[in-house]
Amino acid sequence: MVTKIKIDPITRIEGHLAIEAVIDDGVVKEAKSAGTLFRGFEIILQGRDPRDANRLTQRICGVCPTVHATASALCLDNAFGLGDKISDNGKLIRCLILGSNFLQSHILHFYHLAALDYVDAVGVVGNTAPFVPRYEGDYRVTGEANAELVKHYVKALDIRRKCQEMLAIFGGKMPHSVGIVPGGVTEKPTEDKITNFLWRLNEIKDFIENVYIPDVIAVAKSYDDYFSIGKGCGRLLAYGGFDLPTSRLFKAGVVSPDLKPETFAKENITEDVKHSWYADSASGKNPAQGQTKPDLKKKEAYSFLKSPRYKGQVCELGPLARMVSNYVQGDAITKELVDSVLGEFSAGVDALYSVLGRHAARAVEAKLVANAMVDWLLALKPDEPAITESKIPERGEGAGLAEAPRGAVGHWITIKDKKIDRYQVITPTAWNASPKDDKEQPGAVEQAIIGTKVKDKDNPFELVRIVRAFDPCLACSVHLLDAKGSELGVFRIV
Amino acid sequence: MATKKYPVIWLQGAGCTGCSVSVLNAVSPKIQNLLLDEVVPGHQLNLMFHATIMAGQGEPVIKVLKDTEKDRKGGYILVVEGAIPTAESGAYGSIGEKDGKHLTILKSVEELGSNALLTLAIGTCATFGGIPAAKPNPTGCKGVKEVFTENGISTAVVNLPGCPLHPDWFIGTISVLLFSGAQALDLDNLARPRLFYDQLIHENCPRRADFDKGKFAQELGDAGCLYQLGCKGHYTNADCPIRQWNNGVSWCVKAGSPCLGCVEPEFPDGTSPMYEKIAFEELTWSQK
Repeated sequence: MVTKIKIDPITRIEGHLAIEAVIDDGVVKEAKSAGTLFRGFEIILQGRDPRDANRLTQRICGVCPTVHATASALCLDNAFGLGDKISDNGKLIRCLILGSNFLQSHILHFYHLAALDYVDAVGVVGNTAPFVPRYEGDYRVTGEANAELVKHYVKALDIRRKCQEMLAIFGGKMPHSVGIVPGGVTEKPTEDKITNFLWRLNEIKDFIENVYIPDVIAVAKSYDDYFSIGKGCGRLLAYGGFDLPTSRLFKAGVVSPDLKPETFAKENITEDVKHSWYADSASGKNPAQGQTKPDLKKKEAYSFLKSPRYKGQVCELGPLARMVSNYVQGDAITKELVDSVLGEFSAGVDALYSVLGRHAARAVEAKLVANAMVDWLLALKPDEPAITESKIPERGEGAGLAEAPRGAVGHWITIKDKKIDRYQVITPTAWNASPKDDKEQPGAVEQAIIGTKVKDKDNPFELVRIVRAFDPCLACSVHLLDAKGSELGVFRIV
Repeated sequence: MATKKYPVIWLQGAGCTGCSVSVLNAVSPKIQNLLLDEVVPGHQLNLMFHATIMAGQGEPVIKVLKDTEKDRKGGYILVVEGAIPTAESGAYGSIGEKDGKHLTILKSVEELGSNALLTLAIGTCATFGGIPAAKPNPTGCKGVKEVFTENGISTAVVNLPGCPLHPDWFIGTISVLLFSGAQALDLDNLARPRLFYDQLIHENCPRRADFDKGKFAQELGDAGCLYQLGCKGHYTNADCPIRQWNNGVSWCVKAGSPCLGCVEPEFPDGTSPMYEKIAFEELTWSQK
């Protein structure tokens, strides 16, 4: 019996997403992931002062604006010829601002976006909105252990808020901070700010080590079948990120399905639009030549997301990609952290390619970033410069690549007559939640859903747990579609 | 005394979720108090629909919208975050699927707005269109009030702009509503509560003394007034310098950045270029 399930909206993510899946004999045969909002940032940016891109692109996302501040600043540094002129203080403070956003985002994702799929909040706070309606039938943690997790949901609200307050020390405010600008940052470090930052960080670090990571492990032990659900496309991509004075925390790289690292080059990125509501003339282009022309009449289109590909191949981005990329490239600290968590389950690195693996990779990454932030903070040189003067060139081109909490982000600019001639942004969710490409290869989330056994089509926990593990940043709907097209049996919107 | 509960439907349009995240940063009360406790004695909010927070998804949550509109007609608060795409009959943005069709942001704001007790438009996108409505406004984005006026919807709209809005502006407005009722809200000609939007940034700016002495920063990172670097504090109405952001840690000018004028109807087109000085004489009439 063939059934089509559509979940629209997918909630507890950032933005507008729908998912559609076709189930035959209880197994997903086809899946569509669809972005359902278009704002046209790239069109709005044309003709503006290039420096304004640094302010405006943050407003792409209120959950992770800081990475757009970072990527746009790197892009403008590049176009303004400042790439090698950023001071150590400037680099370190940029990383501290972005790092604070990482910790906020990872904690928010696990407790406030994902956890309600595993933790029985209703059992503690009662049958009340916004905790009902919900899917029923598979909440496996009970009694005191469940009550403890609900308590941590509330505690995590405080901790994530404190991450934002820590960010504001150098960032001014959050969301949409003001500290990161082309040439560096707006504020010099001072001893009082460093100490203030350090003690906020200590409290957050303590929570990550003693609450967040143990909670992820506890949930995983109750749902261990999810180590073999939602494997995905198997090819990982990281642009690399956290540019420090002499190194990077996250290594750039492509990891093949047999765990071999390959060198990454941004020129190999292209974007297809066959199944996106954009004019076909834009298909297959590198973002440096990219276009964004909406076309709502396209018959084969089902998403406002384009389909970014690397050498024509589908890739997954995010904490899983970064941790495995660092791991296979021999980063000792990453290896130790990853192995310590996997050791709890006597599992190898391949277990990370799963719903629970993505949560584990994210938690491990939070610890890695928090620990590193202490070193960055103590490397600051009080009262020494943090910004280099910048001038807008008549003409220029630039690219800025960075890592957001949910995966790699790229910004590309072309400047003419001191104004923005072209601006293109590729977000990690464009990769992960992309529709099929010109060669009909499904996107990373779609691939993770296809082949999944859905136990109860009225409560398709499997599908939403898979989608949320990617931490999508848009409202995505999962549509479960009919494998045999016209022979559609029952159509359900869940 | 029984607790009086006010259902709240929070819709996200063409925006970035930043205003939701900002409200999560509230301190007194905290977000958990807003969700679970009486915000003021005897009165409690009941957040029926919020796409980033609620447990449910898909058809059951779309049903919550329908049921609340029908069962609590004239008795729920509608919060709108994000602008409303109106081009192509709203096809550029939908919040879910209803009866097999895209439920556009436009249609849901019209339907839910018509039957709400009151609408709070939060953030500059929902109030005035904001960045999605910036030139050339590819998706025909508009603020809530404009959409209501065009469609003859008479429900009162309170505008709480900001990119994002400060959590205190949201909670403070809710407090007035719960303690004293909507008629007690003193609004300016842009429907903003005077409680938060009545003073110029420039009037309360800690760098005001530098302006008066003519000590101007020439480059970002310099001491002195940021006017020459494009600060829009001289025509921006908000209490940021007094209230500050993120539990009082800092705010834009304190961090060495010019005010972007993000609460004003002209943001971002009329406040750009952001790092260029805009003299008073160059302002449009509505800014003056």
